[in-house]
Amino acid sequence: MGSRCQVAWHGEDGGVRSILITGGNGGLGLGIGRYFLEKDAEAKVWLGVRSNREAAGSLAAEYPGRVALAGLEVTSRTAWERVVAEIMETDGRIDVLVNNAGMHRDALLAAMDDESWSSVISSNLDSVFLGCRAVIPAMMRARFGRIINIASLSAVLPPVGQTNYAAAKAGVVALTQTLAKEVARAGITVNALMPGYIETEALSHMDEEAAKRARAGIPMRRFGRPEEVAAAVFFLACQDAGYVTGSALKIDGGIF
Amino acid sequence: MSQGAELRSKIKQVMVDELMLDFAPEEIDNETPIFGAEGLGLDSVDALQLVVAIEKHFGFKIGDAEKAKNVLRSVETIARAIEAA
Repeated sequence: MGSRCQVAWHGEDGGVRSILITGGNGGLGLGIGRYFLEKDAEAKVWLGVRSNREAAGSLAAEYPGRVALAGLEVTSRTAWERVVAEIMETDGRIDVLVNNAGMHRDALLAAMDDESWSSVISSNLDSVFLGCRAVIPAMMRARFGRIINIASLSAVLPPVGQTNYAAAKAGVVALTQTLAKEVARAGITVNALMPGYIETEALSHMDEEAAKRARAGIPMRRFGRPEEVAAAVFFLACQDAGYVTGSALKIDGGIF
Repeated sequence: MSQGAELRSKIKQVMVDELMLDFAPEEIDNETPIFGAEGLGLDSVDALQLVVAIEKHFGFKIGDAEKAKNVLRSVETIARAIEAA
């Protein structure tokens, strides 16, 4: 048996462990991918990307043969089916799904247009539903799987201007807890993470004054780093986390 | 053991293994209802897992919910459906 800190595996076959991460061109997705690659020599990372794939391509070049890019529009059922079929054809298994893709379009509800509502719900919540549904048949057949959904602190501490995003992320937490019950006996765990302020491009729009105010509201007085979220994702994918399911873990420097 | 008895015995073993049931395969009668308090007491979550397990172990695909309702009544109905396929 391999180290218990490796990504969980099933049976005696060992070998490659196939991990699909959506939002694979973004700072958090790349951070998660890099963490798996560094911590587990048998991990193969599939980065789900849309049109922009430059950063994901760089990671693939850094780890030849261990990173694959998959064109994935996460709100499309057919795109999910195609990507999962490709992974199964190539690796014969899909061990871990990290639903990380998402976006926000903030506005006060009174001024929010329909598109801002529906696109945020679709990209953050529909995508998780579609992703989970796409991988579950293969995971059920294998009687093994790890699904980790990246929600947000906004799910439980929603800031003004994020009715759409907060509702979507709270939905992700509820979906996670419900699905965890539905597939527990199939050897599949489903967990959510709720990151607070993490140093990614999502924070890049914030000017220094706003950043200073935000940091002041965090007991640790700093933003989180992508690898600090990645470490939690990795733990949830590990053998040692086999009894953890339906949980939603805050990673936020102590905000509550 | 006849072929039919062997199939029924294997179905029971698959049910116990795949659904992590807390009783022995031989404690299940062929005609015992799978669902409901008067039978094995399994639920819809078990049904989903059972559909996947039957396909995996016997190569028999239960395509839709209506068919599942008819097939997943007892070990006997599952066995008959597999035998008829």
